[in-house]
Amino acid sequence: MGSASSTLTQYDIEDVQEHCNHLFSQQEIVSLYQRFCQLDRTAKGFISADEFLSVPEFAVNPLSQRLLKMVDGLNFKDFVIFLSAFNPKASMLQKIELIFKVYDSDYNGKVTFNDIMEVLRDLSGSFMSDKQREEVLIKVMQEAGYSKDSSLLVDDFVKILDHPGLKMEVEVPVD
Amino acid sequence: MVNSQDFKNSIPLSSISTPERGTKMSKLTSSSSELDLDRPNIEDYLPSDSIPQPHAKLRLRDLLDISPTLTEAAGAIVDDSFTRCFKSNPPEPWNWNIYLFPLWCLGVVVRYGILFPGRVLVLTIGWIIFLSCYIPVHLLLKGHDKLRKRLERALVELICSFFVASWTGVVKYHGPRPCARPKQVFVANHTSMIDFIVLEQMTAFAVIMQKHPGWVGLLQSTILDSLGCIWFNRSEAKDREIVARKLREHVEGADNNPLLIFPEGTCVNNQFTVMFKKGAFELGSTVCPIAIKYNKIFVDAFWNSKKQSFTTHLLQLMTSWAVVCDVWYLEPQNMKPGETPIEFAERVRDIISVRAGLKKVPWDGYLKYSRPSPKHRERK
Repeated sequence: MGSASSTLTQYDIEDVQEHCNHLFSQQEIVSLYQRFCQLDRTAKGFISADEFLSVPEFAVNPLSQRLLKMVDGLNFKDFVIFLSAFNPKASMLQKIELIFKVYDSDYNGKVTFNDIMEVLRDLSGSFMSDKQREEVLIKVMQEAGYSKDSSLLVDDFVKILDHPGLKMEVEVPVD
Repeated sequence: MVNSQDFKNSIPLSSISTPERGTKMSKLTSSSSELDLDRPNIEDYLPSDSIPQPHAKLRLRDLLDISPTLTEAAGAIVDDSFTRCFKSNPPEPWNWNIYLFPLWCLGVVVRYGILFPGRVLVLTIGWIIFLSCYIPVHLLLKGHDKLRKRLERALVELICSFFVASWTGVVKYHGPRPCARPKQVFVANHTSMIDFIVLEQMTAFAVIMQKHPGWVGLLQSTILDSLGCIWFNRSEAKDREIVARKLREHVEGADNNPLLIFPEGTCVNNQFTVMFKKGAFELGSTVCPIAIKYNKIFVDAFWNSKKQSFTTHLLQLMTSWAVVCDVWYLEPQNMKPGETPIEFAERVRDIISVRAGLKKVPWDGYLKYSRPSPKHRERK
């Protein structure tokens, strides 16, 4: 009586591994698959926004609405690719690209002043007024050599964020 | 350069200059006091990392770096403490070995072929005895309220003992047996409806339960009603007030059955405790905690009500070797001066969690049925 832990074949696992540049081990993929099935309550092959929100820890995250746009309706392969940016072995570029995507809500490859303001609004909620936020952001952008009208590209993000202190790592629990 | 250590610990907004932080903090306290008091402040439970720390100088990098928040979100997607509370734990398979496998098969034959029919028989006999006594007592002794109540109480205890016997319940009770006394309520952690049966076999408690459909509902509205049990419908807001009023009346009454409340409001898998509802703790009466711990050696007693009906849950228990559990009646607790009902509830939850060896998680069990409101998100 094998426990019904996984219906993934060796082939499936290797296929998924290839997709995520072998950032996850086979065991991690099995474990992620179990989690995927758990979240995909109705077993339709993808995870809906509502199912993501059924995890309260995710739902209370200030960026959850933004992330939902990125993760709504992910199938297993995309689910793994999304999470691979959080792998300790993932490149800095991959991590920064993910951060960039969170800011770039219209996916035009540019992050404007307003994009940043919106994320800040999500993060600080009602604790700060828009004016306070704007002042701070203008000041900080000027210090870094940008103006209010400049839009930031991925390269700019890399320049700004590439730093060994940037830690964005999530361990996949393997039992 | 910014020191990488405190850089890591800071979240983007941590670096706002001090006066602004001051107002931030005061806003935080004032907003949390207006909140729906039923929900304790989630911030209290969050790891200290996520609480802003002062920072030397704000840089664009610090503002743009949303990695801690993203990490938290991804962490929640990969694994979260809430889902773990409601995960059934299938027993470890041990039949992998060529020697053990025949033994296991033999066990299956014994469990399903001998134990199960025997238990069904026991349960049927129990029901026959129960009903043949209960119906006459209930109908004939209309005039003698006291006697009728006493007999009905004894009969419900009897049928519960039959239930426990039908899964060969090996229950160890620790501590003094509860007695009926006004102004006291019993609270216990909740794993399955069988908690109620296990406790009921010793003392006829009046319980607050959700209204169930099917045969359980029928039992609720007929037999358990005579014990003074109170029913509610989770989804109906109006029921809340009615239940609160009935609760008060019940606690005040002198010869009512002792009241039992499962303040978690939902079944948890007996490894965690979710937040306690404050209702039981603001009655101004003594709270007697009861800790229930199931031994998972033969069967997982957690009733995953989303996956199985109560009948299948009972069948699962009846086809297992035994249900082993410990029940501790703990020291009665009173609200300390200056303590809010929520703090009191948390204190009692601590006592139960420690005794039963459960981990505490800061989630409201009702999140199983609804999604957190945007208000919560904003507060974080």
